[in-house]
Amino acid sequence: MSKHTLSVLVENTPGILARIAALFSRRGFNIDSLAVGVTEHPEISRITIVVTVVEELPLEQVTKQLNKLVNVLKIVELEPASAVQRELVLVKVRADNETRSQIVEIVQLFRAKTVDVSPEAVTIEATGSTDKLSAMLKMLEPFGIKELVQSGTIAIGRGSRSITDRSLRALDRSA
Amino acid sequence: MTEQATGAHHPQPRPRSGGQSTPVEHVTGAQSLIRSLEEVGADTVFGIPGGTILPAYDPLMDSTKVRHVLVRHEQGAGHAATGYAQATGKVGVCMATSGPGATNLVTPIADAHMDSVPLVAITGQVASKAIGTDAFQEADIVGITMPITKHSFLVTKAEDIPRAIAQAFHIASTGRPGPVLVDIPKDILQARTTFSWPPVMDLPGYRPVTKPHAKQIREAAKLITAAKRPVLYVGGGVLKAHATTELKVLAELTGAPVTTTLMALGAFPDSHPLHLGMPGMHGSVAAVTGLQKADLIIALGARFDDRVTGKLDSFAPHAKIVHADIDPAEIGKNRAADVPIVGDAREVLADLIQAVQKEHSEGSQGDYTAWWKDLNRWRESYPLGYDQPDDGSLSPQQVIERIGQLAPEDTIFTAGVGQHQMWAAHFIQYEKPATWLNSGGAGTMGYAVPAAMGAKAGAPAQTVWAVDGDGCFQMTNQELTTCALNNIPIKVAIINNGALGMVRQWQTLFYNQRYSNTVLHSGPDADGKQPSAGTRVPDFVKLSEAMGCYAIRCESPADLDKVIEEANSINDRPVVVDFIVHEDAMVWPMVAAGTSNDTIMAARDVRPDFGDNEDD
Repeated sequence: MSKHTLSVLVENTPGILARIAALFSRRGFNIDSLAVGVTEHPEISRITIVVTVVEELPLEQVTKQLNKLVNVLKIVELEPASAVQRELVLVKVRADNETRSQIVEIVQLFRAKTVDVSPEAVTIEATGSTDKLSAMLKMLEPFGIKELVQSGTIAIGRGSRSITDRSLRALDRSA
Repeated sequence: MTEQATGAHHPQPRPRSGGQSTPVEHVTGAQSLIRSLEEVGADTVFGIPGGTILPAYDPLMDSTKVRHVLVRHEQGAGHAATGYAQATGKVGVCMATSGPGATNLVTPIADAHMDSVPLVAITGQVASKAIGTDAFQEADIVGITMPITKHSFLVTKAEDIPRAIAQAFHIASTGRPGPVLVDIPKDILQARTTFSWPPVMDLPGYRPVTKPHAKQIREAAKLITAAKRPVLYVGGGVLKAHATTELKVLAELTGAPVTTTLMALGAFPDSHPLHLGMPGMHGSVAAVTGLQKADLIIALGARFDDRVTGKLDSFAPHAKIVHADIDPAEIGKNRAADVPIVGDAREVLADLIQAVQKEHSEGSQGDYTAWWKDLNRWRESYPLGYDQPDDGSLSPQQVIERIGQLAPEDTIFTAGVGQHQMWAAHFIQYEKPATWLNSGGAGTMGYAVPAAMGAKAGAPAQTVWAVDGDGCFQMTNQELTTCALNNIPIKVAIINNGALGMVRQWQTLFYNQRYSNTVLHSGPDADGKQPSAGTRVPDFVKLSEAMGCYAIRCESPADLDKVIEEANSINDRPVVVDFIVHEDAMVWPMVAAGTSNDTIMAARDVRPDFGDNEDD
């Protein structure tokens, strides 16, 4: 089993997310996380998909099938070593006068932020890799996690190259 | 980073004349739709009107270029469109209203998707404002058909109609062909808009690769000349690419044996000495064994379907694989390819011919003499055949064989799904492309009659015989009415064994002859001893006559030729022949589902002698 991060550039058309999500499930893949947003070009959206791949079902088949979707412009697999990957969590932790300072210390250690405080709880915002965030959550767990929300992973390649370059040129020609 | 750019491509629909744009016309969305169909060259549409598609039917009535055939069920419209497409090589078009009209198209769309048939399905949708409100006859047909279409459009502006239609036809017919759905809300059909042709196509993510990679072609040619036991494994892609001439040249140039799949019958003449027959679960012993023992398989427009490979991990264990397909996703999907080639089958074959000629001129030529000795032994020892029933009743195989032999030249055959389909594949000689239409991937019972209707509408000069089972016939025979009323004189042979024959065969072989729910005509006399004691309900002769057909029944081998000749002589209306055949006939050879192709049985309890040990 291995985790893979795919950046999928798509035309920003209705139903494209349904097409992509359905394709993963009908080909037998489970999506671990998914994040969608427009790119610097409003006609292109970027979907970041983290997927767990088992040996019997290679990722290649699903990327080839994705490429066949008419509204898919480009698929790039981002390798962890050459890409920055981030996700965002908001977590509400039980806190009273005794524990609050300990919690704030953990927040500082992980370079997270306290975004809301009330007599019984603090809400923390943290960004980072999956590993860092799960380490932080492990530290917070003894205090009592009341509520947790996590975004999908987004990722971008390191260096000056941009994966949207060529797709953008393609769209420009049609304008 | 591994990049897979689908790249940029801006195809233009070809204007029908001149290359000039048409002047701007002020029209309704519905008129724009019909004008678009005219401009894109659609001459026949199969469909049924209803509430939401109604606006489109008004201008359709005035069109002199687009013929609409009013079918009796939307499934019939869909299969007729695919039959039309496969017989003519053009895009088939079907039309239906929203809700149940659209959902009745689901089966033919799935069928077209599995068999890569170019199909455009146009559906009405409830008015834009009503979408999502569970309105009367609302169904999310774009959502429903997402997994079974190559692409789909929900048109949201009347001005987008020409572009949607142009793109739908382009996507359906290029690359790996397939079905495209265009869903148009009623208010969009009613809206005022302008029409001009051609529209600008905007498909930046769609660019099928047709030109094969030269290095891969050279590799393939080297393997072909170096091989000792090669087989050309030809699939439907060769027919779709109109590459049959090139295939013949390559086969004769190399002297390699050819096997054509169920989807490729007619791509290579059955009578050709290099032809081994059909591979797969009911393939010929020579074709199945040839692939099993091959040291090189050259797959052309084929997809290593489970019905061809049998148990995948024991399929052709010693073979290197050259796999050429226009769809990159097919390459390596089921069987890893040693030489993957992405490209259009015609271009692949044309380049392969040159590369092999070059190998030959450099003194490298394959010697397959020993291989042909083996192949010929299997071919001669285990030809396709059948036994005549002891009780003097009609043999279904003989009926089908004689229909094939007595048919006029260029006859198109369609089939449903089941025993009769396999016998039609075995016992009719296919010499030319586009003469055999069937439902291969989806296995859609009921395909034969509507597909024959579509084929005949597209190729009226050719005789069209639908070889159908009595089970299949009862699913879609209503389209005979359509044929009778629209001067589409097809011929139907009902291979009537009173049972769901293929399922019954499996019950005979694998379920201890317990015939659960496979006897179609059982009556009050049926009991455990005589489970199929038959009735004649329905009476297919009366049924067909009621639908405006000429109908005959044939029960005796003595009448067989006379009845077929009579059917062939009537061309002013549809003809139906109810052939009452022996119910215990079985399809052989057979590889049991999920087992290795090495276990092929030439007939019941007859395993071919390959010279190996019986025990291994």
